[in-house]
Amino acid sequence: MSITELEFQATAAQTGTVTGAIEGRSQWQLTWRRLRHDKMAVASMIVIIVIAILAILAPVFAALTHHGQAQVFPNTGLSASGGPLSPGSHGFLFGTDELGRDLFIRVLYGARISLFVGLSTTAMATVAGVSIGLVTGFFGGWVDAVLARFIDTVLAFPFVVLALSLAVVFGPSLTIVIAVITFFSWAGISRVVRGQALSIKEKEYIEAARSLGASPWRIMFVDMLPNLIAPVLVLATLSIPAAIVFEATLSFLGLGIQPPVASWGNILSDAQSYYQIAWWYLVFPAAALLITTLAFNLLGDGVRDALDPRTERIFAAGRRRKRRMAGTGTTQIDDMVASILADSEEG
Amino acid sequence: MAMTRFLIRRILTGIVVLWIVTTATFFLFFARNPTIVARSLAGRAATAAIIAEVTRNLGLNQPIMVQYWHFLTRIVHFNFGLSYYFGRIPVDSILARDLPRTASVVVGGVVLWLVVGISVGILSATKARSVFDRVSTVGVLAGISMPTFVLGELLLLFIYVPLNEHGFTWVNTGYVGLSQGIGPWTGTMILPWVTLATVQAAVYTRLSRGTLLDTLGEDYIRTARAKGLTERRVVYRHAVRAALTPVVSQLGIDVGALLGGVVVVETVFGIGGLGQDAITAVYNGDLPTIIAFVILASTFVVVANIIVDMMYAVLDPRVRIT
Amino acid sequence: MSAFVDPEPGQSMITDSLLADDVLVQVDNLVKHFPVKGGGLIGRTVAQVKAVDGVSLTVRRGQTLGLVGETGCGKSTLARCIAGLIPATSGTITFEGHNITNLPRRKMQPFRREIQMIFQDPYGSLNPRRRVGSIIGDPFTIHGTATGAARKKAVQELMERVGLNPEHFNRYPAEFSGGQRQRIGVARALALRPKLIICDEPVSALDVSIQAQVLNLLADLQDDFGLAYLFIAHDLEVVRHVSDSVIVMYLGRVAESGPKQPVYETPRHPYTAALLSAAPAADPEAAAARHRIILTGDVPSPINPPSGCRFHPRCPKAQDLCGTEEPALEVKVGDVETHLTACHYPVQTGENLADAARAVRGEAS
Repeated sequence: MSITELEFQATAAQTGTVTGAIEGRSQWQLTWRRLRHDKMAVASMIVIIVIAILAILAPVFAALTHHGQAQVFPNTGLSASGGPLSPGSHGFLFGTDELGRDLFIRVLYGARISLFVGLSTTAMATVAGVSIGLVTGFFGGWVDAVLARFIDTVLAFPFVVLALSLAVVFGPSLTIVIAVITFFSWAGISRVVRGQALSIKEKEYIEAARSLGASPWRIMFVDMLPNLIAPVLVLATLSIPAAIVFEATLSFLGLGIQPPVASWGNILSDAQSYYQIAWWYLVFPAAALLITTLAFNLLGDGVRDALDPRTERIFAAGRRRKRRMAGTGTTQIDDMVASILADSEEG
Repeated sequence: MAMTRFLIRRILTGIVVLWIVTTATFFLFFARNPTIVARSLAGRAATAAIIAEVTRNLGLNQPIMVQYWHFLTRIVHFNFGLSYYFGRIPVDSILARDLPRTASVVVGGVVLWLVVGISVGILSATKARSVFDRVSTVGVLAGISMPTFVLGELLLLFIYVPLNEHGFTWVNTGYVGLSQGIGPWTGTMILPWVTLATVQAAVYTRLSRGTLLDTLGEDYIRTARAKGLTERRVVYRHAVRAALTPVVSQLGIDVGALLGGVVVVETVFGIGGLGQDAITAVYNGDLPTIIAFVILASTFVVVANIIVDMMYAVLDPRVRIT
Repeated sequence: MSAFVDPEPGQSMITDSLLADDVLVQVDNLVKHFPVKGGGLIGRTVAQVKAVDGVSLTVRRGQTLGLVGETGCGKSTLARCIAGLIPATSGTITFEGHNITNLPRRKMQPFRREIQMIFQDPYGSLNPRRRVGSIIGDPFTIHGTATGAARKKAVQELMERVGLNPEHFNRYPAEFSGGQRQRIGVARALALRPKLIICDEPVSALDVSIQAQVLNLLADLQDDFGLAYLFIAHDLEVVRHVSDSVIVMYLGRVAESGPKQPVYETPRHPYTAALLSAAPAADPEAAAARHRIILTGDVPSPINPPSGCRFHPRCPKAQDLCGTEEPALEVKVGDVETHLTACHYPVQTGENLADAARAVRGEAS
């Protein structure tokens, strides 16, 4: 009997007979429920949504304040000595940079770049990574021998080298950034998917699918994929902050987004020369970057915990032990039953 | 015996990889119209005379395969040509001059990251859910979310600047060679090391904590405890060894990230090592230096991976058989 | 389970030509070897696991062929070769006269509708992330025979037929018990009305009380749909209960085969006799009257099978000939035409093999 069976019977007892088709609670519904109760994860989601809204509304803010992203204000935007203006003065919320540009607006536009790069590269890398991982894991043989080696090479490859070379040959740009980041992100996902696929391939239900005459594509995407989605989702969520940091680093080094287009990376690069007299030039973009990255990382952790109730069980055992020592009288059998129930939930 | 065969196989594979990288580099940069190639090699400030000289020296009008062969022979002799940006200095002299700087950063950083990362990870695992563990978990989360260059700049802002303002000048930017004394050298290196190490240490803390926790849950550890071994012995003689293998394999992958970190750290702290040279070379279109950096970096990655594989083979005997 | 009549010894069977139309699956000299790769860069093959080493069998329409043997004798491998899941190394498999050996997937597709399989592990044979209705509906989707509402109706009918509540079709396998999951597997196998269902130890993983239910279900379905079964098991009593004919396998070869009554009542191969003697008897008197034949020696590995008769190292009746010459699978004196045994010195009626075994082991009778 599983937990859902117990719950069903409990509610049935309360509400009388239940008629009609009974819907099993899917893995997703259970995961969402666990995620909802995870305070850190919920907080992160809220932060991310706020940042996204701010990023989308960046042009609105620009219009409201009449400060464009690249607009310089040499008169109102610079201090008496010609340096950047401190925050709060003359309607510059975050202050200005050395050219008198509105730092707040620039940070907002930087958010657009970061989120766009983070989400688009992760989406493409996930599609590519899952497909390649599935194909190589399922077909095995020489396909796997070649592709697995390729994946390992990409994973170990120093990104600097590739970024440098491409920047030299083609000139730095947003396209280069997206290409480089996607190229390095898919390999990590691919490797995990491949590992999972290799072990799932041996399971009896895959053999059953073959005995029914299912085509390899059907087996991969209808039978194997649903069993893989959990780790892929965690990896994808954690790839987003990695991509954001990656883009910021590339832009910081001058290999990515070029000024005057604002990216948190290139703002921070310019800030190197001025932070001693203008701390805000460094702190605000850095804080924005850190908060965004932290939020995605926490969300990724939350998703991982929500998908895998086993980690919950280890700590729940600790809680039970503490409760027992405090004398509420739960016994070892209760522990065992609880952990068996938790196990059966996974199927 | 098995180890030597393993080592030889890995070295051979490494040479093949290096050869592939060198070839790819060559064709990426040289397989174009000779005039364009000459111009890119000569740098942005090139005059017609320089371009002609480059074309002659490197035989750019020869068939591509002949050029390729000469390229390979030159590389093997560490001859990377002349850097026109830096004033017609041979590139390998630039490399020789700046290598000690990069090496200082790398060695110190790696040692710091491994020592801190693994020891904090082990301690956290053995004291799971204690105050120490919770504090380190928060620290780890902050560390992972922190881009290297941001950390560097923040350290400069909040440590270097205030210290210097108050006359405490030991902590410094730039680079002071070891020959001028350990003190000054460390002074310029301490912040770069911390910057390089922190993010990686966080990752490794989390990794070693995780793998050690998993290992401690295994049955054979329970047996060791049941036999009456002290907890210390159980953890350090038995569990840690098994827990370290995933860490070592992660190390191999991280060598690539390490290079990126070095470039960033050198840029932030103005150390003037090979990483910074490479970035400057990109800004200025100094192709010979970039080619040298690419090949050098790949060599480093290959060698580091071989070393990591050897460490892994020492830890896990099963690997040697395959 | 069928209208098959056990003939008297010596009486000839209905002639082959009349029965030829009844042959569903004919396996001739099937061989399956798995290569064992040695170390080294190239991974040369250093040895072969001879899982199936020359097996022939016949499954007739509407009947059950039981396949018995200990773990490692190759029965599961044989089943998977017939189902087309593993390519055969050599030999032929024919279905209704068509050669289906090692067919590529597309050519095999129409035969997949006729040959289905039920697996041993009720927990592993169903995809935990798919709903049960979707799992049972798979054959319809794959072969394009029913879609949408028609498929749902067909699935629910199947569920009802195997004893499941059709309203549970949206549930996940985790929400069912082991016995119910096997029923789901049966429903899935039944979907396209196959002619043959290969049952790979379908009840071994179930509680004894549930085993009977599932076996009865299989029997009912056979009557209703005219199914043929290739029933693999290691439990002799289960096999006796369900089968019309039996094959006993040892180390990749057939030791003895024939209709169930002759094989069970007068086993000729010492291995069969030993197996039967070891089967638990419910009646305590019968149990006491049994003479256990206890075999010596270890089970040899299929990589290096013994020379001559594979069973000879453990056989209480083994003699020099057994170690050098492979016995042919043939009718022994006094047996019906269809009862075949591969043995040089088959067990004679009235022979006490338990004593012989004890003598071999050096104990007093």
